[in-house]
Amino acid sequence: MPTRLFSIFILIVSLVCSTQIFASDHQDIKIAYITQEQQVPAALSNLEPFVADKGLQGALLGLKDNNTTGQFADQSYLLEQVIVPIGGDVKQAFAEKIKQGIQLIIVNLPASQLVELQQLNNNRALLFDIATRTDTFRYKQCLSNVLHLLPSRAMRADALAQYMLKKRWNRWFLVQGNTPKDALYAQAIKRSAKRFGMKIVAEKKWLHTYDARRTAQSDIPVFTQVDDYDVLVVADEQGLFGEYISYRTWLPRPVIGTQGLVATSWHRTHEQWGAVQIQNRFKALANRQMQERDYAAYLAVRAIGEAVTRTKKNDAPSIKAYLLSERFKLQGYKGRPLSFRSWNGQLRQPVLLAAPTSLVTAPPLEGFLHPKNELDTLGYDQPETQCQ
Amino acid sequence: MKTKVLISAVSLLFVHVSLAETVFVSLEKDNAIAVVDPIAGKLIKTVNIGQRPRGIQLSPDAQTLYIATSDDDTVLEVDANTLVVKNKLPSGEDPETFAINSDGTRMYVSNEDDNQVTVIDLSTKQAVHTIGVGVEPEGIAVSPDKQWVVSASETTNMVHWIDAKTYEIKANTLVDPRPRALSFTADSQQLWVTSEINGTLMIIDVASKEITQRVHFSVPGVGKEKIQPVGVIVDKGRKWGYVALGPANRVAVINAQTYEVEKYLLVGERVWNLAFSPEQKRLYTTNGVSHDISIIDLDEHKVTKSIAVGRYPWGVAVKP
Repeated sequence: MPTRLFSIFILIVSLVCSTQIFASDHQDIKIAYITQEQQVPAALSNLEPFVADKGLQGALLGLKDNNTTGQFADQSYLLEQVIVPIGGDVKQAFAEKIKQGIQLIIVNLPASQLVELQQLNNNRALLFDIATRTDTFRYKQCLSNVLHLLPSRAMRADALAQYMLKKRWNRWFLVQGNTPKDALYAQAIKRSAKRFGMKIVAEKKWLHTYDARRTAQSDIPVFTQVDDYDVLVVADEQGLFGEYISYRTWLPRPVIGTQGLVATSWHRTHEQWGAVQIQNRFKALANRQMQERDYAAYLAVRAIGEAVTRTKKNDAPSIKAYLLSERFKLQGYKGRPLSFRSWNGQLRQPVLLAAPTSLVTAPPLEGFLHPKNELDTLGYDQPETQCQ
Repeated sequence: MKTKVLISAVSLLFVHVSLAETVFVSLEKDNAIAVVDPIAGKLIKTVNIGQRPRGIQLSPDAQTLYIATSDDDTVLEVDANTLVVKNKLPSGEDPETFAINSDGTRMYVSNEDDNQVTVIDLSTKQAVHTIGVGVEPEGIAVSPDKQWVVSASETTNMVHWIDAKTYEIKANTLVDPRPRALSFTADSQQLWVTSEINGTLMIIDVASKEITQRVHFSVPGVGKEKIQPVGVIVDKGRKWGYVALGPANRVAVINAQTYEVEKYLLVGERVWNLAFSPEQKRLYTTNGVSHDISIIDLDEHKVTKSIAVGRYPWGVAVKP
């Protein structure tokens, strides 16, 4: 009886005091983080070391921030790391977590594996994809119960196109590598060119018939002898030749795309809007620079934290409903509130355009208008998608 | 003769200020403070002070100027008349903003990177306490009745209510995303808090610690995303409140009785922080991107002047 009276009292208090935090019911929020170890891929140079824990460190920073907040709201956040070895069974590891009842899962896996897990999931857990930039997931092959934290290729290409339009560098020379991902990137570039009235005046494939290390100096000037253009757009996602194009082209032209001026979710040169603080916090934690997959994982954990704090719920349907609602506004150190597109689960965000040691700009740029949200001038907008 | 020479030598070394009203502006990128005569509309002098000066405030007796030099990890105690540095206070790392209680005995500093508030005894110049708060504490204020110290954490999105006597956190109010600045009304009954990301001003009732009003801003011809409220200040009679809207380049004039926005005043670019003149006849604004300050006449609610001061003006303090 006294307990019932007390809980009625708590209920009344919490109805009256909606914004004040009361340490009433302790909440444990379990988040799983699933990834698979990778072979170290081929690289152009040894300047950039291979980072094995890309993503994980961002999730750990988010967890730390959530738990700092949690002490005032009586919440504890736990991160269960599921790191499957090379050749291990990712699906089985995922199924185990689902069986254990974990409802919030960060997935750091390539597109094909994400699809497998999404099917296996059968809408039970809410998945946070921190790795793919696949456009089809955003407009055609829509994955229910999956939120995509990184900008799609289309968003990146649109960000570049907005800036090129502003600069009036309208004539593009597209150079594409020969991996399937390069083809997808080139496809996104073509879509953006059409969308923003740019013209692809020349297009070539780099076929890796020579050792670029040895012959870049002589090959690239020859390779880039095409009709006049304003910028060279390179599509080389793995970084196998793109870095060699700048300063070696036949005509003196800037390089943009996957190298040169890049479109990214996060960059070490970014320091506006409080970004210095998170760059410092990350470096202190991980002893390296924050990369965009870390940023994506950080935002995933922070989004969960916001949803739990505001709704006081920790189940997947409640978190999903809040994150897809208009109430959700996440501070992401980019000067605008971040939110999710309800139709495809894509995180709305400014895309940074960065040179190696300088941040150039952060589209959407001024003048690119949208009836609802200017961030939706980047990537697949609601009318362009079959996702609902 | 000799004394005259000596005086001019001194005034070359130290800026000797003897005007009716002096405005001090911290210049984040010049590592200096600007000394401005607002009546004459003139920049008198720029004085090198230390790395990345941001928060700037006068002691209640206006004899001491405190300046947070963030990259030197200290708050400087400066003679407000000679601008000679008297002490370096143990503020903790990367101090940005701080608050001083009404009798000038305690300073409370936000340590953004360490998620804590450092309390400094201003008579002994010692750090006497640290209080753990949420992620990225920035805005900080003491109630005029000295009962509460409030700290807003930008990533935790809470206002923490610290008992000024026991240093215990007594309550936490969940606020709109990325709270930036907060300011008590003179009667200690209300706390005004700005949210940069949500574009709102929240008015919290001190007794209940509840948000009782939410003010939204909309400037014709300015995109919603440009409205990023930062500095906030309320006049003594609680008649008018003022909010700096950041990249919207406006100061909102809010009727503090009806909570209606009555006017938007066009100032410089990325308006950041605000300070009243001693009699609250004028309001001074720092405009980060246009490198100037604006002066607003508060009888007419009109911008009367802007004065170029130096690179990235951050904070402003006014000496009677």
